[in-house]
Amino acid sequence: MHRAHPLAWAALGLGLAFLYGPILLVVVYSFNASRLVTVWAGFSTRWYAGLLDNGPLVDSALVTLKVALASAGLATVLGTLAALALDGRRRFPGRPLLTGLVYAPMVMPEVITGLSLLLLFVGLGIPRGVWTIVIAHATFTLCFVAVVVQARLRQLDRSLLEAAADLGAAPVTVFRTVTLPLIAPAVIAGFLLAFTLSMDDLVIASFVSGPGATTLPMRLYSQVRLGVTPEINAISTLLIGAVSVAVLGASVLTARRGR
Amino acid sequence: MTTPAPSPATGHLRFEAVTKRFGAHLAVDRVDLDLAPGQVFCLLGPSGCGKSTLLRLTAGFEEPSAGKILLDGQDLAGAAPHRRPVNMMFQSYALFPHRDVARNVAYGLEREGLRKAEVAARVAEMLRLVQLDHLSARRPDQLSGGQRQRVALARALAKRPRVLLLDEPLGALDRALREETQAELRALQRRLGTTFVVVTHDPAEAMVLADRIGVMAAGRLVQVGSAAELYERPATRYVASLLGDVNLIEGRLGGGGAGALRGLETPLGLVQAFDHHGAGPAGAPGLLALRPERLTLAGQGLPGTLLDATYLGDRIVYRVGMADGRVLRAAGAPGAGLGVGTPVHLSFSSDDASLLPADSA
Repeated sequence: MHRAHPLAWAALGLGLAFLYGPILLVVVYSFNASRLVTVWAGFSTRWYAGLLDNGPLVDSALVTLKVALASAGLATVLGTLAALALDGRRRFPGRPLLTGLVYAPMVMPEVITGLSLLLLFVGLGIPRGVWTIVIAHATFTLCFVAVVVQARLRQLDRSLLEAAADLGAAPVTVFRTVTLPLIAPAVIAGFLLAFTLSMDDLVIASFVSGPGATTLPMRLYSQVRLGVTPEINAISTLLIGAVSVAVLGASVLTARRGR
Repeated sequence: MTTPAPSPATGHLRFEAVTKRFGAHLAVDRVDLDLAPGQVFCLLGPSGCGKSTLLRLTAGFEEPSAGKILLDGQDLAGAAPHRRPVNMMFQSYALFPHRDVARNVAYGLEREGLRKAEVAARVAEMLRLVQLDHLSARRPDQLSGGQRQRVALARALAKRPRVLLLDEPLGALDRALREETQAELRALQRRLGTTFVVVTHDPAEAMVLADRIGVMAAGRLVQVGSAAELYERPATRYVASLLGDVNLIEGRLGGGGAGALRGLETPLGLVQAFDHHGAGPAGAPGLLALRPERLTLAGQGLPGTLLDATYLGDRIVYRVGMADGRVLRAAGAPGAGLGVGTPVHLSFSSDDASLLPADSA
């Protein structure tokens, strides 16, 4: 067997440390008994227990969860529909344009997305709050769902759909009984991805939120400006855990049954 | 009033000048075809000749650019695939990976809105028919190629289609299994009496399965007939060489026409042969098609020299060098061997030789 050069191991270690060192530090210090963030004073879970007493923080967590679930659900339905429309072998006029429009939010600077949505909501006179964040998040996570679902659709054997039609299934039935069960892992993965992206977002949420709709990243950001507390480390660790689980789930679902 | 007697046979498929264009490409070119109900018809030809397209037009996955497809007198134009009383067995089998064997077979029946008990009974019947009743709970990826093929067949037959379309039904099986399955498929068709339309590129398979064969090349139907007709009386050079070994000798046609003996002036001299389909006007270039087993080594005939003899068990194939340098093959029953280099004569009966147009594909 070819053995990797020691230098290669060192490079790998440095790379991983660069990427995950700061995150690890946050996790470690969340279990610090001391109130001073930079001084280690033994292991403790007191900051996690204290979180529940922090009313505003719990409120923000609930807002974030609500927004993430609703926007991911919306983005999953719309993104899947977009993927289906873009996948068909039928060429239709404006198809390249539609493809571009669906994927554009992926590369659009978040500040622009946030600002333009804010202008839209103000222009339409829509009061800003939880639901405007939901709509904003759905618009920017939709394209990620579409990408994941489209990749799965491309692998789908067309003759399965033809066989279903041949056996008497109308197009809607073909979708319900064959297409959807076969792309389900990708749809769920898309949902998890959209959920994570929504949970993480600070910039867009800051633009379109209103009074009473402060998400967790917004709350953290405003608190950090007053100084890092161990409580922030604790809540961040929980966020990291939730995101890791969702992303891991998404990648397992897309890798499995890739035949 | 008495109820009208059911029509003696359904599954009468008819193609009238069916044409299919994909952009500038002419995939199917004015095909006229009338398929007898209850028979096996094979569409034979190389890949890209339009045979699969013809099948897909019948299933409704494509619409003809021109012409009509009639099933029992009814024009299928505009009918979506799920509304056509025909079913298809796909080359890839297209089994649903998320359904077990029984639920694959049940799929078409569930779409008819049959009661659960009825569906279960029909599924069991179909699985018994293809001898897979013991595997009904397996998933497609847990089956062998031969088993998958039979699930696909059972699924396509479960709805009792008037016509079953089979796209290279045995293409994915290895040779030993293929021969066994050919016989099974043939027996099953006789029992059910369903019209089968089989697409294949394998002439041997077409000859085993089909009551009638249609040879296709470049989108056109070149010749239709039984295996014997195609073998004995090919219409073109392509058909002659597709079905078995053949000696072809070019020459100039003598007087006469279709349905009679006529002469052909060849480099080996003037020969007489049968013109079955009209090889061309007198003086036009023509081809003589001779099956090796219809050429015999005799005391008189076309002179040549025996180059070698290959013993193949059931026959011996002789290669004979002719006066102009060409080599002809003759096959005969094994017997006393002739020495290499022996001068021999090749003779044949004019009825066993066919005249073809020289320019035919």
